[in-house]
Amino acid sequence: MSTRELTCINCPLGCALTVTTENGSVTSVTGNTCPRGDAYARKEVTNPTRIVTSTVRVAGGVCPMVNVKTATDIPKDKIFACTASLKNVIVQAPVAIGDVILTNVADTGVDIIAARNIAAK
Amino acid sequence: MKNYDLVIVGGGPAGLAAAVSARDNGIESILILERDKELGGILNQCIHNGFGLHTFKEELTGPEYAARFIDQAAERNISYKLNTMVMDIAVMDSGEKKVTAMNREDGMFELCAKAVILAMGCRERSRGALNIPGYRPAGIYSAGTAQRLVNMEGYMPGREVVILGSGDIGLIMARRMTLEGATVKVVAELMPYSGGLKRNIVQCLDDFNIPLKLSHTVIDIEGKDRVEAVTIAEVGADRKPVPGTEERYTCDTLLLSCGLIPENELSKNAGVSISPVTSGPVVNDSLETDVPGIFACGNVLHVHDLVDYVSQEAAVAGKNAALYIQNGSSGDARTVEIVPEGGVRYTVPKFIRPERIDDTVTVRFRVGDVYKNCAVCVYLDDELLQKKKRPVMAPGEMEQIILTKEKLGAHPDLGRIIIRIEEA
Ligand SMILES: Cc1cc2nc3c(=O)[nH]c(=O)nc-3n(C[C@H](O)[C@H](O)[C@H](O)COP(=O)(O)OP(=O)(O)OC[C@H]3O[C@@H](n4cnc5c(N)ncnc54)[C@H](O)[C@@H]3O)c2cc1C
Ligand code: SF4
Repeated sequence: MSTRELTCINCPLGCALTVTTENGSVTSVTGNTCPRGDAYARKEVTNPTRIVTSTVRVAGGVCPMVNVKTATDIPKDKIFACTASLKNVIVQAPVAIGDVILTNVADTGVDIIAARNIAAK
Repeated sequence: MKNYDLVIVGGGPAGLAAAVSARDNGIESILILERDKELGGILNQCIHNGFGLHTFKEELTGPEYAARFIDQAAERNISYKLNTMVMDIAVMDSGEKKVTAMNREDGMFELCAKAVILAMGCRERSRGALNIPGYRPAGIYSAGTAQRLVNMEGYMPGREVVILGSGDIGLIMARRMTLEGATVKVVAELMPYSGGLKRNIVQCLDDFNIPLKLSHTVIDIEGKDRVEAVTIAEVGADRKPVPGTEERYTCDTLLLSCGLIPENELSKNAGVSISPVTSGPVVNDSLETDVPGIFACGNVLHVHDLVDYVSQEAAVAGKNAALYIQNGSSGDARTVEIVPEGGVRYTVPKFIRPERIDDTVTVRFRVGDVYKNCAVCVYLDDELLQKKKRPVMAPGEMEQIILTKEKLGAHPDLGRIIIRIEEA
């Protein structure tokens, strides 16, 4: 049996949650004031995910950088692998919001897409 | 002097939404003046997600959110001038406004406008916030400057970072620099609570095991050319450092995230009264300042944490500017003051004209401390109008209440509206 302390982020109350797990499955959540805290704790402990945002270089654009994001959330433990694989990416202007910059980033099955329009110089 | 019905100062989310709303309410002749080389304001450097949850039900990044409003303005063919700095706004004898601006192509030029909307946003509190003597070596940046460098120029200010202040921009930059390979050693916050959103504390600090030290401040910076180390210490209730609690962190960069302040030099010169609490203009329910025909919205009015509310507020300003242009000054309507009490620091608007409002008016405010199990109470003079229970309120999160014309109209002798935090 193991326990983890979390802060619920679903509303400003920020309840301090305690999650107990046994063999990887959640046995109890305490400290939440409403059901949203329970759901949040279960997901955070079993399958935490995040949308990751970053920037990559642009060649021939009016700006030197374009900001990008994962098209959907990815597992939290892939965040660093995701940003590392963007290090040496250079895209050619023009870039439009939604353009795929990199497919299947860090083997997550999720694409990296542009989150900004950059015109060519 | 060229004539416009409406001139908008600032092309950030506030200026754009105000322009769109004024056009949709029948104003053809609109010009946005923006000093930067592109529209979108500060959102262009805010690359994290979480913008627009309320408006678009999606988690957009800052530039995506800005693009939605830039597109709306483009669809309506709203004119704008970039790289153009507004230098002065003055009221002429006719009541029209003379706007003086400058850019490379036109040099210094003047415009005449029936109405002006102030949408200049805010700036970061400066280094003055750092109340320690001695050298100011390289490696000290405001969090917003670092954000611009990393996200827009692709330049990393340093590798080992200490952050003073736990405002949202500092929290966001803690994560951003960590993902870019830097080590963020600690975030020190002078107050006993963070000024940032809970979500940001969890996802920007906890996710990366970055410690947040509340009631701590920087007391020493070492290094002559470049920052080499900083020392932080705990502060007591008097916010003075407690001897014996010093901790030294080696680092090459110190980020300051000490809050934002509305940018109102132009407004003051135009004769607009500024609230000492918000540092923004004092406005009525139309978001009109005490200079008729000058309106304000967005961060220049009061600092917002959610851009969705900036857009909503700006749409109200745009609509009321349109009404002013079409019908002239609102004249001497009955005006009632909103008085903030018991923990409520200020309200926007400050004045309400019960006969002139639409069916409802949204009143936004902030509290001065963390309150648990309390209620927001609204009194019409001595009579309790509404009591809204709130499990928790914090200075970092803007609050709002909605007043209805029906309720206010039922009190023809109303002296003042009081908004107060009470026990639930
Ligand atoms: C450094 C910084 C970082 C921020 N990061 C976040 C964040 O991460 N998340 C978040 O939710 N909110 C953030 N904010 C808050 C954000 O500013 C607001 O949500 C929103 O952008 C406010 O919109 P606005 O149009 O009122 O102001 P702004 O976006 O600041 O736009 C004001 C515009 O007016 C222009 N302007 C100013 N003076 C003049 C003049 N004299 N002449 C012509 N143009 C002028 C400016 O160039 C600017 O484009 C940040 C604010 C700052 C200052
Ligand atoms: S558990 Fe419910 S009440 Fe508590 S922080 Fe989460 S959403 Fe808010």
